[in-house]
Amino acid sequence: MNTILQVNDLVTKFYTVDGVINAVNGVTFELREGETLAIVGESGSGKSVTMMSILGLIPTPPGKVENGEAIFTSFGSSHDLLQLTPAELRNVRGGQIGFVFQDPISTLNPIMTIGEQISETLTRHLRISGEEARERTVKLLAQVGIPDPELRYKNYPFQFSGGMRQRVVIAIAIACTPQIIIADEPTTALDVTVQAQIVELFRNLRESLNVAIIWITHDLGVVAGLADRVLVMYGGRIAETASVDDLYERPQHPYTMGLLGALPRMDESDSKRLVSIKGTPPDLLIPLRHCPFAWRCDYAFDRCWEEVPPQIEISSHHKVSCFYDLEKGEPRDG
Amino acid sequence: MAVHDTQRQADSLLDVEQSIKDRFAYIGRLLWRDKSGVVGLIFFLTVVVAAVFTSLIAPLDPLAQDLRASKMPPAWSEGGNWDHPFGTDNLGRDIFTRVIYGARVSLTVGFFGVLIAGVLGMVIGSIAGFIGGRVDSTIMGIINLILSLPYLLFVVFIAAILGRSLLNVILIFGITDSPIFARVTRGEVLRMRDSGYVESAISAGARWPRIIFDHILPNLIGPLITLATFEMSAMIFYEAGLGFLGLSVPPSVPSWGNMLAAGRKYLTSYPWIATLPGLAIVWTSLGMNLLGDWLRDVLDPRLRRSRK
Amino acid sequence: MQRYFISRLGQSALLLIGVIILVFFMVRVTGDPARLMMPREASAEDLEAFREVMGFNRPLYVQFLDFFSGAIVGDFGDSLHFKTPALQLVLERLPATVHLAGIALIFALIIAIPIGLIGGFNPGSVVDTLGRGLALAGQSIPNFWLALIFILFFAVRLRWFPSFGRDEWHSVVLPATVLGLPVMGQIVRLTRSAVLEIRGEDFIRTAYSKGLEPRTIYIKHVFRNVAIPLISVIGVQFGYMLGGSIYIETIFSWPGMGQLIEQSIGWRDFPLIQAIAVFTSVVVLGLNLITDLTYAFIDPRIRYGSS
Repeated sequence: MNTILQVNDLVTKFYTVDGVINAVNGVTFELREGETLAIVGESGSGKSVTMMSILGLIPTPPGKVENGEAIFTSFGSSHDLLQLTPAELRNVRGGQIGFVFQDPISTLNPIMTIGEQISETLTRHLRISGEEARERTVKLLAQVGIPDPELRYKNYPFQFSGGMRQRVVIAIAIACTPQIIIADEPTTALDVTVQAQIVELFRNLRESLNVAIIWITHDLGVVAGLADRVLVMYGGRIAETASVDDLYERPQHPYTMGLLGALPRMDESDSKRLVSIKGTPPDLLIPLRHCPFAWRCDYAFDRCWEEVPPQIEISSHHKVSCFYDLEKGEPRDG
Repeated sequence: MAVHDTQRQADSLLDVEQSIKDRFAYIGRLLWRDKSGVVGLIFFLTVVVAAVFTSLIAPLDPLAQDLRASKMPPAWSEGGNWDHPFGTDNLGRDIFTRVIYGARVSLTVGFFGVLIAGVLGMVIGSIAGFIGGRVDSTIMGIINLILSLPYLLFVVFIAAILGRSLLNVILIFGITDSPIFARVTRGEVLRMRDSGYVESAISAGARWPRIIFDHILPNLIGPLITLATFEMSAMIFYEAGLGFLGLSVPPSVPSWGNMLAAGRKYLTSYPWIATLPGLAIVWTSLGMNLLGDWLRDVLDPRLRRSRK
Repeated sequence: MQRYFISRLGQSALLLIGVIILVFFMVRVTGDPARLMMPREASAEDLEAFREVMGFNRPLYVQFLDFFSGAIVGDFGDSLHFKTPALQLVLERLPATVHLAGIALIFALIIAIPIGLIGGFNPGSVVDTLGRGLALAGQSIPNFWLALIFILFFAVRLRWFPSFGRDEWHSVVLPATVLGLPVMGQIVRLTRSAVLEIRGEDFIRTAYSKGLEPRTIYIKHVFRNVAIPLISVIGVQFGYMLGGSIYIETIFSWPGMGQLIEQSIGWRDFPLIQAIAVFTSVVVLGLNLITDLTYAFIDPRIRYGSS
């Protein structure tokens, strides 16, 4: 499979009155065609900021992308998204890359019909007539599972339930048949049963559209049944990246272990369920000088407090940023 | 970011656990950071000083007429001198002295007007908020009626009916302005009643008086102080307006509005008789609005002005 | 929509009844309306004769029913000064006030909305600082004082505009500017804060994520949402201007309702004052009703009755 998005050494900072927030500190990863990549981390780990940075959605000021490249390959040509002009980037956003955000209540304009909100994406990118956009919008509504799409076209967001609104947002994201959908915690604000329906919808869309999905979440539970690969972020850096099976079976980073430990499991007794990771997320105001997780890590030793751990390749699909070898129970060589 | 910051500070400011001294020190620091708030406070304090130490500051008798020295221009223009810094009016009375005495009238109206409106409003608003149901909807209906009227027009009419006296003016403003305080109080009471900590205080067995003094009053103070600042500024403004129409304090009393009204006749030939007292209104109003804006940011980001 | 309209209409009718009751009792709070309306030096016989003519010696409820039934159909009795129907006199003055307030409002909106929009999109910029200064000035400078300053400067010294009357086409410039300034300040303030609020909403981020042009986002997503709070204050501002017109029309000798109010107070012509009070309240209530309906037209949440 070809790589369609290659992000290298991305650095994003926010210049605020309290100081400089080091939100993203050198993030590198790739996304392949049709693949589902989950980015997992606590709030403030930089997972959303990473994706927003790539597509120029960071409010500037105070935010600023200071370094890195994001090579996007579509229809045989490659561009660095960070070097595109604002107008070129707008063609990518919504056209080749679609977005789904967390809270479907606030992500739709309250005083515009949902039909208009979908078809304005179509007319913007596909340069089609209003009538044609309308027809396609009705089809899209049907495709994301909204009953009576003809009638619903004229409805306003407040006339929909949370799950139905999220379907509308998904319809906007897939309207122009993008190569990538970035879904930023798309199920977090929803009821559990609705969550499952939305995940199912994503699975179906992935099959029918052959679209790559970047699924940003703090919930490893949702990831298991959906993602091909997982990227674990901590303190604006990538802690570990692996195929989903590898990650669950052989976690290499103490933080990943912690996350998996925090996951409720059916086969464990009640007392061991929902173990949360001790300590608080790192203070991003302090520039990174050592492993950001060292504060909370049971395995931290001298070196962890002296250097920032580089990415180490365990296997071709498994990389970790940690000086400690969990499997051997001792620090790694070199 | 900055707004968010202020809000966070405001929350800690309203934390009941914090000692009074800490809170004042904190308010002082916040005030110093926002320079427009300092300017507003200084403007306002000059007016307070003028109103309190009137006879010490004012060089002359505000009512002493001197027809030989009438219509003297201010000290900085040709023909003026520093015996009468702002010049004299048509009857030869010292304008500077009268402006200082005017601060007394304005602040008296503003202070007692807001006091009456505040107390009345808090009582009415609390009753509506706590009792709820029919009582609440009736009270709010009346309040909405009053607030939907052309306010100034009715104040002018009532003043014309009741006649010129300081007490009447204070009562008019105190009563007509109380609905605004009632509405804010009611809103806060409802918000507080539905919030978790009052419920938990009730379930912990606390009695109502205790809940009111420990939980509700401390949270009311912020929004009400901000509102009081704006309303006091508005009352000073409207009092001068009534004075200008000859409907406020009796014509013998040196108030800014009366001075403006009397000076209007001489506007083209002796403009300072009307313009300088007016400047005192601008000064006071500017100071209080700057102060109010600052208080709103610090104490209560939710409050929005409801009228004017 | 229809239900909303009917309930708002009913509410306005109730408010109007409240206003009529208020206006009836207003002239009776001092106890004796005859003494209020007659010159101070009037003799006891004059007062008694006046009471007879005005019907003040009838039982209170009869007086009230009489006043109420008259007020409903626009009959407030004759003006004491002009000896002609009071409402007629008010209506004669209406066009001049609508002319003045209308121009003041248009003038305020044309200047305030762009400044508020630009300020909201670029907080801290020169335009924003200007806008906030304007808002503060509008709030702090009494218009009766500013009117005097404008007359001194633009009419007396520069001789650009007439200082009184409504005879020339540019007579309206000075009074409308002074009357519009506080409104301008309020609208700058409101527009600015509405833009700042809407701009931070999630659905604006969604609009950017769709790749829409900034211009499209401003027009289709930001402006339409900003218009909602804006429309809701225009009615209130018009009511405010009716009050402000008392000063402005008096100072500029503008022959409208504001001037009539000032004059009728001088004449102690209370039937006329009552007519003005009820009439302006009807105007303000009507404007509020129109505002709310426009509001509902723009905001579907109200139109379709969601909470």
